[in-house]
Amino acid sequence: MGDADGFRYGGLGFLVSVTYLDAIRSAQEKALQDDPTVFIYGQDVGAFGGAFKATKNLAKRYPGRVIDSPISEDAMVGMAVGAAMEGMRPIVEMQFADFSTVGLNQMLNHAATTFWRTGKPCPMVLRLPSGGTPGSGPFHSQSMETIYSHYPGIVVMTPATVDDAYSMLLEAIAMPDPVVFCEHKLLYYHLKADALPKSAVPAFRAQVVRPGRDITCVTYSAMVHEAVAAAEELVGEGYEVEVVDLRTVKPLDTDTILASVARTGRLLAVGESWPWGGASAEVVARVASEGFELLDAPPKRLNAKDTPIPYHPNLWAAHRPTAVRIAAALREVLRY
Amino acid sequence: MIRARLLEEKLGSLYRAGRIVGGVYLGRGQEALSGAGGVALRKGDVFAPLIRDMAGRLAFGEPMEDALRAYLGSRLGPMKGRDGNIHRGDLSRGILPMISHLGAMVSTVSGVLMAKRMKKERGGVGLTCVGDGATSTGSFHEGLNLAAVERLPLVVVVADNGYAYSTPRERQFACVDLVDRAKGYGVAGVAVDGTDPIACGEVLHRAVERARRGEGPQLVVGTLLRLCGHGEHDDGLYIDSTMKSSGRGRDCMQVMGVQMKKMGREKDWLSWREDAFREVEEAVAKVSAEPVPDPFEEDWWATQMGSGTEVLGSS
Repeated sequence: MGDADGFRYGGLGFLVSVTYLDAIRSAQEKALQDDPTVFIYGQDVGAFGGAFKATKNLAKRYPGRVIDSPISEDAMVGMAVGAAMEGMRPIVEMQFADFSTVGLNQMLNHAATTFWRTGKPCPMVLRLPSGGTPGSGPFHSQSMETIYSHYPGIVVMTPATVDDAYSMLLEAIAMPDPVVFCEHKLLYYHLKADALPKSAVPAFRAQVVRPGRDITCVTYSAMVHEAVAAAEELVGEGYEVEVVDLRTVKPLDTDTILASVARTGRLLAVGESWPWGGASAEVVARVASEGFELLDAPPKRLNAKDTPIPYHPNLWAAHRPTAVRIAAALREVLRY
Repeated sequence: MIRARLLEEKLGSLYRAGRIVGGVYLGRGQEALSGAGGVALRKGDVFAPLIRDMAGRLAFGEPMEDALRAYLGSRLGPMKGRDGNIHRGDLSRGILPMISHLGAMVSTVSGVLMAKRMKKERGGVGLTCVGDGATSTGSFHEGLNLAAVERLPLVVVVADNGYAYSTPRERQFACVDLVDRAKGYGVAGVAVDGTDPIACGEVLHRAVERARRGEGPQLVVGTLLRLCGHGEHDDGLYIDSTMKSSGRGRDCMQVMGVQMKKMGREKDWLSWREDAFREVEEAVAKVSAEPVPDPFEEDWWATQMGSGTEVLGSS
């Protein structure tokens, strides 16, 4: 890694840690460096470096390739579709995932249908700063993977770790298809690794991040960390929970999920998004229909409450799944 | 113009004969404005037509067979039966396949132009067509504003044809003339009589050349009347008869005939008609014999990752 602005250095001048956000910034920098067709387009991404600083210093280093957009989510995505058709690999940063609703038409009806309709690739990445953080409220907290996953023609990635934020973003940029990259804001600053990864697990493969024999907890993005904390809590009660991180929700790696359920016989699917439909519903549906005989208990889902996302931290903490609520749901399935 | 009019008359007949599945949307009365845009472009430019732009498409170089393939469902067409009628395009020819959502192509053509600029390809122009109805969309606004901010070589042609489906223009916008909006966007605006082929030719040629010289986006508003229903399923009875008898209700094809006569080229006009008639009949015969899509040969992959390479698990 030749360039490490924005990273914290120890007293001896070497890197002491890399955050999830650093990884996203570094992946974009590597892509800009390695591929002249890559460019970044978004609100305040230029000299300002982005609302979350995911593009800090990139405009200066790659002049003309990190471009401030007007506040026009529809046109931002529409522009990227055209640029991708013309052989570029645009990365569009939405300031918040929630605002991407304004650009849904271009993503769902244009980007997603281009390969099917024309046989020509539409390589672009839509970066969505996603998920809840304290005090963010109804319009700066949403998880959008359900909506994008429903439409054919789009890959939807939901990295939970620093390694995945880096390697999956690089893979997303290199893909010939439109990719929605859901990066979780809660992980931006607090999730750290010692260094950027030297190798990567393929983006379309789910991973067992914590092995266990008693129940499978399938989840993704920030909920992976809540699920692992819940699993630790249940160790004291004599239960071994296997946590599967989907990493990419579409395409869904059903094989890894079924293999885990075959070992444990029980399933809890957790998602931070709302309960009606979505990735966790898809996981339960697939296990119920393709792995019914593997189950010793009815599969269960845990999602956020079916209301807009509340502002006050007290309400927000009760709205989303947390380690405590996940542990309670795991117990229910375990005691069936 | 002539080729488009005769081809579309044939499409109307094929539709009424039950030979076409899905809608048929014709550009009757808009051939002069649309065709002028296609003529003004050159190879290497980008064209994003809308639903009434058969004339512009043919003038820009879309083969008549490809137009018919989209309507008759030939799998040899650029969309292979996966999409039909006016939703066709051919990226290798610089023709973007429109999506149905109005105004969407403005930002997409802008993206093509931004990519060309980043690739240091100079001199290319993008042209897209919309109707008066599309100017009410957020997409139109966002796209034109983006193009203006980036000062892109984009020409947006608005065919103000009096109606968006059945909605008259006074229910669509409250400004007197859509060309007045150009100033607000910081782009050049030109109004033209959309029923006058020579005027359309001159105005579009100049607008395209201004864009090519780097003078930024150009908004061209042509006033005319849709001389048919929204689609062939629609009789268009709601169209105001006083509008039909006004100047905007003139048929540009008749105007062209008169203009040709004045130039002493009546014979050319007639022989062009004969040539176009023959071309249409031959193209219909050829495309009618072509194979239709086969669901068992379709790979049913919406992503290239899936269709070309092995993907883990299922979709």
